[in-house]
Amino acid sequence: MGTISLKNINKSFGSTEVLKQLSLDIQDGEFLTLVGPSGCGKSTLLKIIAGLEQQNSGDVIIDDKNVNSTRASKRDLAMVFQSYALYPHLTVRKNLETPLKLRDYSFVERLPLVGNFVPSRKEKKKSIDDLVFKTSETLKITELLDRKPGQLSGGQRQRAALGRAMVREPVAFLMDEPLSNLDAALRVHMRSELSELHNSLKTTFIYVTHDQAEALTMSTRMAVMIDGELLQLDTPSEVYNNPSSLRVAEFVGSPKINTFAAQISSDGSVEFMGIKLERKFNTNSQKALVAVRPEHLEITKDSNKPAFEATVSYRENLGSDIFYHVQVDQSDSKIIVRGSPAGLISNGETVRISPSHAEAMLFETSGERTR
Amino acid sequence: MLARHYIGESWKHGLLIIGALIVLIPFYMMVSMSLKSQQEIQSISGGLVGAQEIQTFPVCTKHGYTEEVCTMRPYKYNFWFAFKKAPIPRYLMNGLIVTVSIFLIQVLIALPCSYALAKLRFKGREFVFSMVLFCLLIPVHAIALPLYVMLAKAGLVDTYAALIIPWTISVFGIFLMRQFFMTVPDELIDAARMDGMGEYSIVWKVMLPVAIPALLAFAIFSVVAHWNDYFWPRIVITGNRDLFTPPLGIREFRGGIDSDEFGPMMASIVTVTIPLIVAFIVAQKRFVEGITMTGMK
Repeated sequence: MGTISLKNINKSFGSTEVLKQLSLDIQDGEFLTLVGPSGCGKSTLLKIIAGLEQQNSGDVIIDDKNVNSTRASKRDLAMVFQSYALYPHLTVRKNLETPLKLRDYSFVERLPLVGNFVPSRKEKKKSIDDLVFKTSETLKITELLDRKPGQLSGGQRQRAALGRAMVREPVAFLMDEPLSNLDAALRVHMRSELSELHNSLKTTFIYVTHDQAEALTMSTRMAVMIDGELLQLDTPSEVYNNPSSLRVAEFVGSPKINTFAAQISSDGSVEFMGIKLERKFNTNSQKALVAVRPEHLEITKDSNKPAFEATVSYRENLGSDIFYHVQVDQSDSKIIVRGSPAGLISNGETVRISPSHAEAMLFETSGERTR
Repeated sequence: MLARHYIGESWKHGLLIIGALIVLIPFYMMVSMSLKSQQEIQSISGGLVGAQEIQTFPVCTKHGYTEEVCTMRPYKYNFWFAFKKAPIPRYLMNGLIVTVSIFLIQVLIALPCSYALAKLRFKGREFVFSMVLFCLLIPVHAIALPLYVMLAKAGLVDTYAALIIPWTISVFGIFLMRQFFMTVPDELIDAARMDGMGEYSIVWKVMLPVAIPALLAFAIFSVVAHWNDYFWPRIVITGNRDLFTPPLGIREFRGGIDSDEFGPMMASIVTVTIPLIVAFIVAQKRFVEGITMTGMK
């Protein structure tokens, strides 16, 4: 089992409030990503779950047990750190053995020299060796077991750190930006490996990242945190397509979502940039913000489509897609439009941009979503 | 262009060579005098090793040895007589016991202290650390008298304890190790806590192995200072020759009827200095290894 729930967690360092009344329920076996910009408190939250940091108020409940006063090592969680935090003076094998020895050996058995004479140790040593071997096979690091962390590459260290977390067969894995020290290609590769690992282990994963691509690709559910608050907790596609607030919409998705000032008439119809949306919205305010993702804007030559004019100022060629940064003629705001690689448009050209009506989202000026 | 470059470099090297000579010449004198005969030393002749003529040494016969025993080459005589005159192995052993005990106890105390000062959050940490810094400013000589009185009242004068106890808490060690521990990533400590280590296990099983290079640097300071210390042993060891440390032992060669026989005296000094030089060379090698090993990421 590995259900974890957080109830009204508050945490502040001095006068800075890091977490504000945060509640979160994590189901057994799920891959939950805590995602948010740097400094939003997601790492602190992970440390509170781990027991490395004490919350000011609120409860941490693991498998229906309140663990507020339980030490980190007794919570039966395992953690993978950004810098891997392998013991630099021990071989990979010893690194993997350490958590098992600390859990399984009694005090006497752990003593150097004397411990060797305790009869029960032999059997335990055997089961530890088996577990270490099994884990190293799963992660394909068996041939690295006798090396020290200093002799490993970044990816290998990453695996060794995963291994140290896995050997204990914990109720949940906590991962603090484990991929951010890897190079881009390896990071993408490790994403799929982590997902596979999650599928085969069926253990709860709590994964902290500032990289929304990792959150979108790997998680069953993602929790978007900004400024110490949990803004939305949902599946990646729901968070992307149906953000609950403008802050979530702006954080998730790359390039960033485009926003336009809009006017609302009394019948609920919305107009922005001279374009009237087909849908009607249920709102009382007269001013609002319309947000459209770059892929839902289209550069069109069709003069019948409702569109506005803009000048291309910068082209971002990603191979499969091209993102055009354009200067809107009527205002000084810049927006980003996705275009196809076919039919290159050069800088300085004027284009007509037309939004896809179904995908435009409306937000109150305060940032609340209106449907 | 190139010539100018060499001239620019050479004055720096010239300066450094002069500096090196100032440091090395006394060593040269010491080694040279420990090998030569008394006449050669007094007439400043014979270069580094002297003529090494077989001769009979008068001071030796004065001590009651037969002429046959006292006839040998000067270098041999100097060292042989030095060991005959004073129990040098005993002094070296005392030096070893004292410096090693001091260093081990210093580490035993400094590591947990500096770990707490660097990595644990508690009220008054900054104050405690400022007190450590303050203690760095207190000169030993200022507190020598009260220390002596304290040890005398406890009946510890003329014991190993008197040589060791005053030095067991090294604020310099605490300061040095604290600065080093500040550079150890918190994640490593968090990882150890997740693995189930207690705070003391973290100090001895994680921080200690990581800190070996810094500990070696501290060891050099500590061992050299206490091996060479003359002031404190002179105060607390009042009569018992069995407790003499090497610097006190060398003093034995001063004074008395044959006070001007420099050969054996220098031989004893060479004997006392060699262990330090060997230890330094060995440590230096490990030192460099240690620094290259530290790559944590």
